[in-house]
Amino acid sequence: MEELHIALAGNPNSGKTTLFNDLSGSNQYVGNWPGVTVEKKEGRLKGKKGIIIQDLPGIYSLSPYSPEEIVSRNYLIEEKPDAIINIVDGTNIERNLYLTTQLLETGIPTVVAINMMDVVRKNGDKIDFAMLEKELGCKVIPMSALKGDSTFAVADAAIAAAQNVKKSEEPHVFGGAVEHALAHIEETIEDKVDRKNLRWFAVKVFERDEKVMEELNLPEEIRAHLEEHIRDCEKEMDDDAESIITNQRYTYIQELVARAIAKNRAKKGLSTSEKIDSVLTNRLLALPIFAGIMFLVYWIAVSTIGGWVTDWTNDTLFGEWIQPWAETMLQNAGASDWSISLVVDGIIGGLAAPLGFVPQMAIVFLLLGFLEDCGYMARVAFIMDRIFRRFGLSGKSFIPFLISSGCGVPAILSTRTIESEKDRRMTMITTTMIPCGAKLPVIALIASFITGAWWVAPLMYFMAITLVVISCIILKKTKAFSGEPVPFVMELPAYHWPTLKGLFLHMWERVWAFIKKAGTILFVCCAVMWFLASFGFSDGSFGLVDETEASLLAQIGKALLFIFAPLGFTWQTVASTLSGFVAKEGLVSTMGVLAGLAEADEYASNEVVAFSAFFASNIAALSYLVFNLFDSPCLAAISTMAKEMGSRRHFWYALLFQNVTAYAVTLMIYQLGGLAAGEVPFSGYTIAALAVLGLLLFLLFRPDPYADGKHELA
Amino acid sequence: MKLRECKPGMTVKVQSISGQGAVKRRIMDMGITRGTEIYVRKLAPLGDPVEVTVRGFNLSLRKADADILEVEPV
Repeated sequence: MEELHIALAGNPNSGKTTLFNDLSGSNQYVGNWPGVTVEKKEGRLKGKKGIIIQDLPGIYSLSPYSPEEIVSRNYLIEEKPDAIINIVDGTNIERNLYLTTQLLETGIPTVVAINMMDVVRKNGDKIDFAMLEKELGCKVIPMSALKGDSTFAVADAAIAAAQNVKKSEEPHVFGGAVEHALAHIEETIEDKVDRKNLRWFAVKVFERDEKVMEELNLPEEIRAHLEEHIRDCEKEMDDDAESIITNQRYTYIQELVARAIAKNRAKKGLSTSEKIDSVLTNRLLALPIFAGIMFLVYWIAVSTIGGWVTDWTNDTLFGEWIQPWAETMLQNAGASDWSISLVVDGIIGGLAAPLGFVPQMAIVFLLLGFLEDCGYMARVAFIMDRIFRRFGLSGKSFIPFLISSGCGVPAILSTRTIESEKDRRMTMITTTMIPCGAKLPVIALIASFITGAWWVAPLMYFMAITLVVISCIILKKTKAFSGEPVPFVMELPAYHWPTLKGLFLHMWERVWAFIKKAGTILFVCCAVMWFLASFGFSDGSFGLVDETEASLLAQIGKALLFIFAPLGFTWQTVASTLSGFVAKEGLVSTMGVLAGLAEADEYASNEVVAFSAFFASNIAALSYLVFNLFDSPCLAAISTMAKEMGSRRHFWYALLFQNVTAYAVTLMIYQLGGLAAGEVPFSGYTIAALAVLGLLLFLLFRPDPYADGKHELA
Repeated sequence: MKLRECKPGMTVKVQSISGQGAVKRRIMDMGITRGTEIYVRKLAPLGDPVEVTVRGFNLSLRKADADILEVEPV
């Protein structure tokens, strides 16, 4: 039997995810739509064979302006699912039906599921389902996804609709003038498109939808002919084509809703949600409450519980139990030294570093999932928008920056709550500049190296914030992030309690995706790093080396020294930096190994003496710190970024940007700061640093070269 | 008048919508069309964006985006 594909479409906050979870249970596959940062979810219908449910992103329309809308329409038109379940929020039916009118035009059999019926009944509203069914020309089923009420009836109806060959009648949405133009368009393009989708294409041509026009690639004279019809209609209606369509859809819906729905007129003051909102977004209270909630998130996820579980996983679970246990096992089995080192330090140690983040990630996602699902996250954007849009980000970018001070991996994953794809990518690039927990030991080390320098840590956080702002301003003026800004028109959904099942599923999806990643790519990278640090040429033969100076890592450090010499690096600090690319914990421990200290995970006073050979001066120590704080993050974060960016080009761009920025800033600090402090002589590099400074100021203050594309204010 | 000139608590009606492209389409997709009534609910703590109620749900609009709307009190 052939598989049936059913697409799940609906507005954000309509309960789509709840329905999807209910229908597919744990049979879910989560990924990304190709080329974009939009999440793609697929599942199999519980209790029936061969039914695949494709969850489309939550959208309000099928316009060509956002990646969510584009992947949805491409899926519907190109992949041609057998049926659509259109989930409609029964408490907000007018706006929800707007998408319905567009979905029906695709010609794909559709079932409309009116969700949140429990709330509708409680409000005392009456919906005439038979009338809706007759007018829309498709099955309409009342449902409550949250209560699991009638959800499978909806799925059955969708299967029945998919198997029914008889084409249902389309609703009569548009007026005479528009229908006249549409008829002309349909006649002209009917040979060029799938007959099923004819109405959809006709409406899009009428709207002058760029993406569809490109795809159809009509000859010039036909386009001109159609354009005439569209213009005539525009003249008659005194509006542009796109607006005519939108207006008529809403006019149609308004009339339909007026007939089919009897609203309970006995209005009873403010709803509970509105009462909550009047406190949470109150002009005076909003910011203090926001600060309090953010502090609580930070406190739970980073300082207390999150920190404890991470330390426990790293130090106790792996450090005290698994690694010694494996070592003893292998020793008893008579394994050779190098194979014990490979398994214990290389493989288990390599896996322990990324897996140590897992419990903390789980906590972060439970908290964020709660804030997102209950509706507060939208208010965060509402409250913070004014500040963040000044440097081109959304108010929701605040959350990743906060989480990043603990760990960059959950920070990057938490960018998913940001609507605009450009903002999302820009936040991913800059968020790991905020020093994470693993960078704290190296800050402490350098602070104590520069004797009594209490100001190092605060200065680094201040620099981090400044760099984020500067990076965003510069990025916003580059081609990749320029162009028409995404309008910040955001629904503020009613507050409600999230379901426990939804929260845990949401958390598990992300954590599991990370574990899979850690088990594959990260694992290989860690093994390679172990190999480089443990093997080398000593006494003319290649093998496991005791002296780290003889290791391949040290050799590579020496070979790459010329790149880092202008920053005041020595080969030891280069080698340490290289291990920092894998995990920032490696920065201090590699230096410890190079200095001949057995264990140097935490700061100790003898380190300062041992490390003095690595840093020619205080400014060299500072520049080593700055580079390692602001370059690309650890491998775990990099691989998370690679997945979340959804585009290889953007990912490499991000990596390049992070490392070039770190290099440029460090160069300026070492050369110019060193010159001012009398520690670095004037040289060709000084001029290079001045040139970099000039370039930076230019990039920062130049007028936006792509400003033309941005919407002008009326 | 523009939405930025409206005080919270006011109900206004959309007279016209200017401009084109993504901003206009997004605003109209959300149900703000000619003749729609908008209730100005509140301003964000920092004065922008503004929260409005339209067609029975709440929406956050930046003042700059909302400038494409010409409204009049009802």
